[in-house]
Amino acid sequence: MSALSERPENPSVGVAIPHESASAHVSGLAKYTDDLAGRAQGTLHAYPVQVPHAHARITALRTEPALAVPGVVRVLTAADVPGVNDSGIHHDEPLFPDEVMFYGHAVCWVLGESLEAARLGAAAVEVDVEPLPALITVPEAIAAGSFQGGRPVMTRGDVDAGFAASAHVFEGEFEFAGQEHFYLETHAALAQVDENDQIFVQSSTQHPTETQEIVAHVLGLRSHEVTVQCLRMGGGFGGKEMQPHGFAAIAALGAVLTGRPVRVRLSRLQDMTMSGKRHGFHSRWRVGFDAEGRLQALDATLTADGGWSLDLSAPVLSRALCHIDNAYYLPHVRVQGFIARTNKTSSTAFRGFGGPQGMLVIEDILGRCAPLLGIDPITLQRRNFYADGQTTPYGQPVNQMTRLTTAWDQVISNGDISARQREIAAFNATHPHTKRALAMTPVKFGISFNLTAFNQAGALVHIYKDGSVLINHGGTEMGQGLHTKMLQVAATALGVPLSTVRLAPTRTDKVPNTSATAASVGSDINGGAVKNACDQLRQRLHEVAATRLGAHAHDVRIVDGVARALGSNQTLEWNELVKAAYWQRVQLSAAGFYRTEGLHWNAETFQGTPFKYFGHGVAAAEVEVDGFTGAYRTRRVDIVHDVGDSLSPLVDIGQIEGGFVQGAGWLTLEDLRWDAKTGRLLTQTPSTYKLPSFSEMPEVFNVSLLADVPEDGVVYGSKASGEVPLMLAFCVREALRQAAAAFGPVGTSVELASPATPEAVYWALDTARNRSDVAAYG
Amino acid sequence: MTIPQVNVNGRWLALSDIPVHTTLLDFVRDSGLTGSKEGCAEGECGACAVLVAQPGITTPTEWVAVNACLLPAASVDGQEVITAEGLGRADALHPVQEAMAVRGGSQCGYCTPGFVCGMAAEYYRADRDCTHAGQDHGPNGFDLHALSGNLCRCTGYRPIRDAAYSLGTPPAEDPLATRRDEPAAAPVATEVTRDGRTYLRPRTLPDALRVLAEQPETAPVAGCTDWGVGVNIHGRRADRVLAIDRLAELRELEVHADAIEIGAALSLTEIERKLDGSVPLLAELFPQFASRLIRNRATLGGNLGNGSPIGDASAALLALGAEVLLMDSAGRRTVPLADYFTGYRESVLRPGELITSIRIPLPLAPVTAFHKIAKRRFDDISSVAIGFALDITGGVVRRAHIGLGGVAATPLRAYATEAALLDRPWTADTVAAAQQVLRAEGTPMDDHRASARYRAAMLGQSLAKLHAETTEGAVG
Repeated sequence: MSALSERPENPSVGVAIPHESASAHVSGLAKYTDDLAGRAQGTLHAYPVQVPHAHARITALRTEPALAVPGVVRVLTAADVPGVNDSGIHHDEPLFPDEVMFYGHAVCWVLGESLEAARLGAAAVEVDVEPLPALITVPEAIAAGSFQGGRPVMTRGDVDAGFAASAHVFEGEFEFAGQEHFYLETHAALAQVDENDQIFVQSSTQHPTETQEIVAHVLGLRSHEVTVQCLRMGGGFGGKEMQPHGFAAIAALGAVLTGRPVRVRLSRLQDMTMSGKRHGFHSRWRVGFDAEGRLQALDATLTADGGWSLDLSAPVLSRALCHIDNAYYLPHVRVQGFIARTNKTSSTAFRGFGGPQGMLVIEDILGRCAPLLGIDPITLQRRNFYADGQTTPYGQPVNQMTRLTTAWDQVISNGDISARQREIAAFNATHPHTKRALAMTPVKFGISFNLTAFNQAGALVHIYKDGSVLINHGGTEMGQGLHTKMLQVAATALGVPLSTVRLAPTRTDKVPNTSATAASVGSDINGGAVKNACDQLRQRLHEVAATRLGAHAHDVRIVDGVARALGSNQTLEWNELVKAAYWQRVQLSAAGFYRTEGLHWNAETFQGTPFKYFGHGVAAAEVEVDGFTGAYRTRRVDIVHDVGDSLSPLVDIGQIEGGFVQGAGWLTLEDLRWDAKTGRLLTQTPSTYKLPSFSEMPEVFNVSLLADVPEDGVVYGSKASGEVPLMLAFCVREALRQAAAAFGPVGTSVELASPATPEAVYWALDTARNRSDVAAYG
Repeated sequence: MTIPQVNVNGRWLALSDIPVHTTLLDFVRDSGLTGSKEGCAEGECGACAVLVAQPGITTPTEWVAVNACLLPAASVDGQEVITAEGLGRADALHPVQEAMAVRGGSQCGYCTPGFVCGMAAEYYRADRDCTHAGQDHGPNGFDLHALSGNLCRCTGYRPIRDAAYSLGTPPAEDPLATRRDEPAAAPVATEVTRDGRTYLRPRTLPDALRVLAEQPETAPVAGCTDWGVGVNIHGRRADRVLAIDRLAELRELEVHADAIEIGAALSLTEIERKLDGSVPLLAELFPQFASRLIRNRATLGGNLGNGSPIGDASAALLALGAEVLLMDSAGRRTVPLADYFTGYRESVLRPGELITSIRIPLPLAPVTAFHKIAKRRFDDISSVAIGFALDITGGVVRRAHIGLGGVAATPLRAYATEAALLDRPWTADTVAAAQQVLRAEGTPMDDHRASARYRAAMLGQSLAKLHAETTEGAVG
């Protein structure tokens, strides 16, 4: 076990504690970016002018009428930008566009003394446009050849030979929807020019460094003139990885031009119509199985709906390709990826980042083909699992399959799967109008940023003379419990009680050049950096303690804030030790750094080892479907998940449960509908875009962590838990498919739309039912 | 008239210097209490939920959770409001806050203050029945529907449910518990005018009718669940708003020998609790109607007054053969609900006229059902809503009233289907024939909620389901 993974005596990590801000959350005292607006004096409010065309050239923009509205202070337009008029990293996202690229695109922003004044001002701005042809759907974009970014191809073996050797070959097409993040806190930024002429931006951002860089390039400044702070986010889920930059830049530009604090806070309607979402995909596939149902060949084309700009679509597509195997060995593969350019909001990062989309394709294939092969889906899935020593289509060795098979077996035994399947069969035989089904899902998900350079992190740890500890790191808190884990890591590494350590908000002037808090690696990389800083400090303190205790530094242990030498009863209290160190002029502050070792990736050949390890989980879901309406309930879910040796079990269980329900929302309920003619988002507020509520929570929800699986080479033996569990929800969709099929004759293969809304399930079961003669009613 | 003011967390704050359309949420946030959050500004997420002390049914005062984003701040003149900050402090958490914190009920924390308030309302509900465990109820009698209007994107809800189900009963010395034993603040007349706009709460019904007669363009509001959406999402700014929700004359519920008369300004929650299951069709409707947070404010008068074609109450009330009682300064009239709607969001309601009550004739039909077709089981807008009220005697349909929502520009009675059932045996053959008729009722359309094809199919399926339920016992 590496030094990074090894846990000392009585560690803080591994203890199930509530979120570090739980008391502040429940008492309403936890502050979010927009809660700070009232604290600043003379804050101006910004309001966007959104244009209701999917694609149009702006021929005139008249802002004077807005200035006539009482309380309007200024209208921000392209002419005001001192630097680069761009809010992205590919120079394809103008902050103030001259071409409207999607319905609701903001073309300028009005600053007002009140939000009401800014709103009325925005309504008064006159925009003349010349409408241009628009592409709304992915099939339209494919037909028009409207693509952006690269066209990666992942190949292994010889697919043609694979098909030739296959006993069964099937082909199909599958288009599935994206997902709105619906973080409860909409995008928000508050900018001011501080007493030292520094641009200070409070932003609800998962990527403070990139927000800082974009603000700087819009303002024509260098990075050291801009500081970005993220106090905490009211949810992110990837939606605040790339999207916050432009809103922060608007606030900062307004603050520089007016000399007053400027607040941007989107209403839910604005957020949903302006900000990016999960990529919907179109896929076309051909698959070959041998006579026993073993996958022989897969030839697939995936087209991601990138929306109007490139954004993060390229790495999302890479991850989709890298996860089309999920847990299954594919001897011969050819998968080609495209990114469609459509006139919709820019698709962006969302928990799983393409992984869920790639996996959905293969799980859909197996779900459709199992009845055609005459093999029970659970058997078909298990038969195709990787064996240790095999490699993925992109060349990374797979060597922890025993973890996945152990989890699989545990779900089968803890979930009493065989007995329940018999009960379900008996239930279905006696219930013509209601059917139940149970399905399982394995998940194998690669952990690390696909792009190797991003796998680095920094931290800054101070010990003050009174013994108190303040830590900073580059990761952001969005509810995932990163700060809780980092406090536990620091307390463990220093050997002090948790109460000794305090964590300061994420700021670019404390830890520079950070990566986004994304790709599930927040605790892996920032934990590595925090531990590195603490290890430096502890080593220095060991030297000091060694002198006082009359022992060798290697024999000093600091546990629960007390230093001892091995075999000695003499003790030295932490506060005394710190004081002694100060008087000996020992540095009590350290910068920590971490880089994930062993990674390499060649984007050209689409080969390498992009992932430090794989996260694993297994889920089983039982559903009940009403044959009259297609309405359904999730009766029971069992999950076993591999989070290594958990840093914080309450946090990890929360990630698993929450991720699962969010995944189930994407696959069943959350229905992004765009008007195919105008490009307007029709489900643009929660009254029409329904995300899971209490009624979607599984009635029985058993989640356990795989025991005794410390991960070598990762901070305190832990593993990532952020994104992986979202994909466990495929079992809900597959159970719905099987329940729909149960309305028809045995062996019915069902095509199920995604999301599988009650209407989609109804049409699936209605199709299945019409294949038999048992329909009781017309 | 005294200066309008509201007591928030024990402190009186003046309501006089705010724009008339300021919501209670913006008001409390601007006062520095930023715990209450705006998550959607249309009453769908509950992040803004706060508690209001209102006249109770089982105790003199009850703590009622409401969406602060939908309420005009002026509407709580003279009232007591508690926000998450007022329930407890970080170093002395309220039992509800404690349960949420230690069980992992918060992750990002943004929805949490709203959840805490919704949970506290249920914690303080005096008739929470610990023996009422079961479907959507905890072993402590906690009704999960109390949280149906709160959305959380992080937790998946399990820890929140567990926190809710772990709650005991409030200790005797709990100040919010003892507050229930004293009367709630009496309604006060309110007038707030700013920037040429006025919010008015009259003292009596005649006062209200006089205002409406003199200025018919005045917008009457009750629960404000629609008003708030108009203000926040559609930017509506009425010049004169007239609050009628506390007029005693509109808040009676009377059971007569031949009818039940329900005051138009009673909240749906109040109606649900006062009827206590005595009208099974409505008892089936209420848990499916929006969320508890909305039902705590929404009224039948408002639901019929805005005339939405997808208002769930209409489908149920049409099946019950309800009548609408209308009143203006000149007098009263009664209109059958089936004749009330005249077009999309249009009705026979005249300018200056108020809905005072809804009358449900007795006896009730013995076979009733309310079928709501929607994407989500809790708190969704219907794609189709169907209310059934049938009398099946000796295997023959002797009376059939069917109300439909979501299939036309107005809610409507399925007269043709009713005719296809009347005096026929309640058999699969009759139902199959009537299904064909029912599928063709109305003019369902394609939209983002459902396809026209699905809506039509659901009309037919609903009758099949009802038949199965009545003839096969438990459906399955």
